[in-house]
Amino acid sequence: MDIATIQAYAYFFFTAFLVVVLYAYIYHLYSSQWKGKRDYEKYGNIALHDEIDDQPVEQISKNDDKKVGGKNE
Amino acid sequence: MDNRPLEYDYTIAKMFMLTTVLLGIVGMLVGVILAWQLAFPGVNLMLGEGLAEYTNFSRLRPLHTDAVIFGFTLSGIWATWYYVGQRVLKVSMAESKFLMFLGKLHFALYLLVVVAVVGSLLMGITTSKEYAEFEWPIDIAVVVVWVIWGMSIFGLIGIRREKSLYISIWYYIATFLGIAMLYLFNNMAIPTYFASGGIGAWYHSVSMYSGTNDALVQWWYGHNAVAFGFTVPIVAMIYYFLPKESGQAVYSYKLSLLAFWGLMFVYLWAGGHHLLFSTVPDWMQTMGSVFSVVLILPSWGSAINMLLTMKGEWQQVAASPLIKFMILASTFYMFSTLEGPIQAIKSVNALAHFTDWIVGHVHDGVLGWVAFMIMAALFHMAPRVFKREIYSKSLMNTQFWIQTLGVVLYFTSMWIAGITQGMMWRAHDEFGNLAYSFIDTVTVLHPYYTIRAVGGTLYLIGMFLFAYNMYKTMTSARRVDESELQTASPMGA
Ligand code: HEM
Repeated sequence: MDIATIQAYAYFFFTAFLVVVLYAYIYHLYSSQWKGKRDYEKYGNIALHDEIDDQPVEQISKNDDKKVGGKNE
Repeated sequence: MDNRPLEYDYTIAKMFMLTTVLLGIVGMLVGVILAWQLAFPGVNLMLGEGLAEYTNFSRLRPLHTDAVIFGFTLSGIWATWYYVGQRVLKVSMAESKFLMFLGKLHFALYLLVVVAVVGSLLMGITTSKEYAEFEWPIDIAVVVVWVIWGMSIFGLIGIRREKSLYISIWYYIATFLGIAMLYLFNNMAIPTYFASGGIGAWYHSVSMYSGTNDALVQWWYGHNAVAFGFTVPIVAMIYYFLPKESGQAVYSYKLSLLAFWGLMFVYLWAGGHHLLFSTVPDWMQTMGSVFSVVLILPSWGSAINMLLTMKGEWQQVAASPLIKFMILASTFYMFSTLEGPIQAIKSVNALAHFTDWIVGHVHDGVLGWVAFMIMAALFHMAPRVFKREIYSKSLMNTQFWIQTLGVVLYFTSMWIAGITQGMMWRAHDEFGNLAYSFIDTVTVLHPYYTIRAVGGTLYLIGMFLFAYNMYKTMTSARRVDESELQTASPMGA
C-alpha cells in the first residue's frame, strides 16, 4: 500500500471513530440522566444559588462541612 | 477576631475591574486613532514631526491589539474569575491568607508587565510576531503572572465547598491551560546577546522557528489566542452571568458540556485557515478549512444554549439593558462564528485574505461579543462588589445603542471595503494585466475608512459612558441591601 492509501484509510477510520466518540458521549449524558445515575441539569443551579451560606448543590464532604476541602467520603 | 459572618472577598476582583475599564479606554482610544490615521494619514503626525516616531500607525498598531487583548480582555477575565470563582465554588478568598496574597501579587506583577509592555512597544522594541510582540524578559514575567493565576485557580478549587465544578470553571481552567501551552511554545526564542557573547541589545532575541514552521507555530498560537482569549473565557462569563442576572438556570447543562468538549477538540486544528495558499502543506490548509467549518457546531451549541436560557423570559430583554448587552453579545458570537468559517473556505479566503473584511470580522467578534460581554459582567458585578445600585439605567441604555450603532458601522463598512478591495486586486483585462493599481483601491476605500473611524469613535464614546457609570456606581449611587442582589441587578433611573 502506498502512503496515500494508508492516509485515506487512516482518515476514514479516524473520522468514524470520532463520530462514535461524539455520539457515545451524548448517549452517556442522556442515559446517566434516565438511569438516575446523575442529574446533570441540577448543576445549572450552582450559578443561581451561589451565596456563601446557600446549601451547595453537592456538598464536598457529606459529614463535615467545617473541614473545608476534605476528601469526599 | 470579630464574628462577622463569612462573606465573599472581592478585593482582587475590584482591582482587575479598574484595569479593565482603564485599559479598555486606552486600547480603544488607540484603535480610534489608528482608524482615523487610515482614513486621514495626516493624523500620523498629530503631535508633530518630532514625535512622529511614537504616533505613527505602525508603532501604535501593536499597542492597540495588545492593550485590548492583554489589557482590557485579560483584566476582564481576571476580574470575573476572582468574582465568579468564589461564588460557584462557594468559598471566600477571605478564608485563605495565602490565596489573598497570591491574588495581590498577581495584580501587582500584572501592572508591572503592563508598564513594561506599553513602554517597550512605544519604544519600538518588538519580536515582530503578531500578539506575541513582547521580548523575552517580559515573556518570563508573563509566565510568572500566569503561574500565579494557575495557583490561585487550583488553590480556590482545592478549598471549595461545592463538589461539582460549574461549567464556567471548566472554561476558566481551559483558558489557563490553553494559553499556557500556546504562549510558551510560540515565544520560544534565543536571547541574541547571551548566545553571541555580547552582541546587540540584552533584551533582543530571535525566534526558535523560522520560515514555514514559524508561520505554522505563529498561527497555531494566533488563532488559538482567539480561542482561549476571546472565546473560552467569554463563554465562561456568559454561562454564569446570563443565568444569574435573568434568574433562569442554563437551558441545557448537558449541551454545555458537549459544546465544551467539542470546542476544545475542534479549535486547536483550525489555525491553518490563516495560512491558506501559503507554503504550508496543502493537507494542513484543507484541515484548517474543514475544522473551521466544523467549529460552527460547538460555538452555536453554547450560543443557542444561552438564547434558549431566555425561553419564556424575553420580556427581560426589553426591560433590562444588562440582559440586552448579553443577548446582543451571544447573537454577535453566533454571527462571527458563522462569518469566520465562511472566510476559512478556500475560495472565499482567496478573495478575503489581506483585505479589510478580516478586520471587520475581528471587530464584530470583539466589539459585539467580547467587549459587550465583559461590560455586562462588570455591570452585574458592580452592585454586588460596591453594595450600591447601578448608577443609571438610562445611561446604560444610551451606551448600548451608541455602541451597537458603532459596531454596525464598523463591520458593514469593512465588509464593503474588504470585498471591494479583494475584487479590485484580482480584476484583470483579457491579457491578464491587472486592472487597478494599489492607489486606486486606496481612493475607493477612503469613505469606508471614514465610516469605520466614526463607528469606532461612537464605540469609544460608549466606553466613556461605561466608565462614568461605573465610577458613579462605585462612589455615589444608592446603597442597596443584600436582598436586592439576588437576581436582576438593581439600577437607578
Ligand atoms: C473603539 C474600538 C476599536 C477601534 C476603533 C479599533 C480599530 C482598529 C484598527 C484601525 C485596526 C487596524 C486594522 C488594519 O490594520 O487595517 C485594528 C486591529 C485590531 N483590533 Fe481593533 N479597534 C477597536 C477595538 C478593539 C477591541 C475591543 C479588540 C479586542 C478585544 C480589538 C482587536 C483588534 C485586533 C485583534 C486587531 C488586528 C486585526 C488583524 O490583524 O486582522 N479591537 N483595530
